[in-house]
Amino acid sequence: MDVRRDFPVLDKEDLAYLDTAATSLTPRRVLHRMDEYYVNYSANVHRGVYRLSHEATRLYEDARRAVAGFVNADADEIVFTRGASSALNLVAKAYEPEIGPGDEILISELEHHSNLLPWQQLAKRTGATLTYIPLTEEGRITVQALKSVLTRQTKLVAITHVSNVMGYETPVRELSALAHEKGATVIVDAAQSAPHMPLDVRRIDCDFLAFSSHKMLGPTGVGALYGKRRHLERLEPVEYGGDMVEETGLHDATWQKPPLKFETGTPPIAEVIGFGEAVRYLEELGLEAVREHEKQLAEYTLSQLDAMEGITVYNPTTDSGIVTFNIDGVHPHDVVTVLDQEGVSLRAGHHCAQLVMAFLNQTATLRASFYVYNDHSDVDRLVRGLQKARDFFAGFEEGLR
Amino acid sequence: MKMQNLYRQIIMEHYKRPRNKGLLEDDRYVTEHIRNPSCGDDVTIQTLLADGVVKDIRHEGSGCSICCSSASVLSEVLKDKPLESALEVSRQYKGMLTGEDFDADLLEDAIAYQGVQDFPARIKCASIAWQAFESTVKAGDDDE
Ligand SMILES: Cc1ncc(COP(=O)(O)O)c(C=O)c1O
Repeated sequence: MDVRRDFPVLDKEDLAYLDTAATSLTPRRVLHRMDEYYVNYSANVHRGVYRLSHEATRLYEDARRAVAGFVNADADEIVFTRGASSALNLVAKAYEPEIGPGDEILISELEHHSNLLPWQQLAKRTGATLTYIPLTEEGRITVQALKSVLTRQTKLVAITHVSNVMGYETPVRELSALAHEKGATVIVDAAQSAPHMPLDVRRIDCDFLAFSSHKMLGPTGVGALYGKRRHLERLEPVEYGGDMVEETGLHDATWQKPPLKFETGTPPIAEVIGFGEAVRYLEELGLEAVREHEKQLAEYTLSQLDAMEGITVYNPTTDSGIVTFNIDGVHPHDVVTVLDQEGVSLRAGHHCAQLVMAFLNQTATLRASFYVYNDHSDVDRLVRGLQKARDFFAGFEEGLR
Repeated sequence: MKMQNLYRQIIMEHYKRPRNKGLLEDDRYVTEHIRNPSCGDDVTIQTLLADGVVKDIRHEGSGCSICCSSASVLSEVLKDKPLESALEVSRQYKGMLTGEDFDADLLEDAIAYQGVQDFPARIKCASIAWQAFESTVKAGDDDE
């Protein structure tokens, strides 16, 4: 995959950027599309009848079709949000009137805080029970594990598709089928899967699916919520204001059809258009090829780390381009400072997943995550940096003897 | 930027062999716990103040070498100082981290953290133990 030249940041900086799981770089094409909006047709959407506004609306809705097509949904099943977090919060809020004491919400310890706290708080507000799907020893969510906690009282099952720390892929299709047998609604956090593999919401058959533009070559500030049409039609909006209303009276109002019902206020128009361009770019690369490319880099990384002394890898069976590890006896913050000097950008910390850290019995880890613009030379650079960091800190140990 | 300017031997020594580590069950100490949610550094400082003098400082926590060692260095540097002088050292230390003028003579071993100013991402790591210390003596004020 030879696309490095498409990314202006990599032109300016000699960098091994290995933190895509936090946010991805943006290709020129996407930036260009967003510029075009401000330069050529900077008007509001869904409002004006003049030419500029019409053009802005057309491009905005084109982007919705592109994003919908990307996950095999229909355009009216895609709600634009501020990102995966706000998409998941939207679902939790919208379900509040339908949840009460005695109901169960199932989540897992593998979740990012964004797919944990909305449900934790929903359970607190409604008196529902929050239950954790037990993880396997390796830290995976399995069909068997869901079976062990799923009951007739289970109303919602909210699970990550790919863990942002462990890189495991959850069998969401099988889990959805099982949850549906008991009448539960399934919400999938696809923030780490949508950018990296072919996705088909019809095949998964989940009820909702959330993802973020900025993790898939698009701009920050926008994301998408897929919802089955019948849910989006039934649920009440969670925010009220311009654009989402059909008819306003003195004491009540009626709503637009979905998805506009859930999109009040002026949206981030340029960003939505940029998001649309990002998914077109990814489709041109081919998501199967993207997945294969990242897997190869992860496998190469694992083999290199395996050959190094003094490294503990926490997810040697990762299914994605995410590798999580530590240098024994050296705090990950100290490691990333050395790596930064070597031009390697890596994440250190709890990765917004403190329950995963507790599962690993660590307070923080290093995480390398790969994407289309990475290649073997980035991994080599990472490994050289890690050797340097390990030797540098081991040097102090000598001094202390 | 040289790594050796950030990671001085004395810093790593305090990291591996912290002084005054471990909290006490003693009501006379004022305790302050600070966590940096973005990175997980976690520090608790206990201060024993008597007759306007910092009689003792204890610390506990987990985090990177810069963060943990700074709690240990602080406990040594500030111990037995009159409160006013201790707070002055803390002010000078903060000035040093953020690249302002500071009085090097006052800082004693804490001068080892001068290199942090060239690593802006690590200023927070070097600050939170000192912040916690300041809170313990301010919290003490409130009690009186
Ligand atoms: C698995 C997962 N879920 C949700 C999120 C939240 O995404 P955002 O911060 O874009 O809302 C992230 C991003 O950090 C993630 O990795």
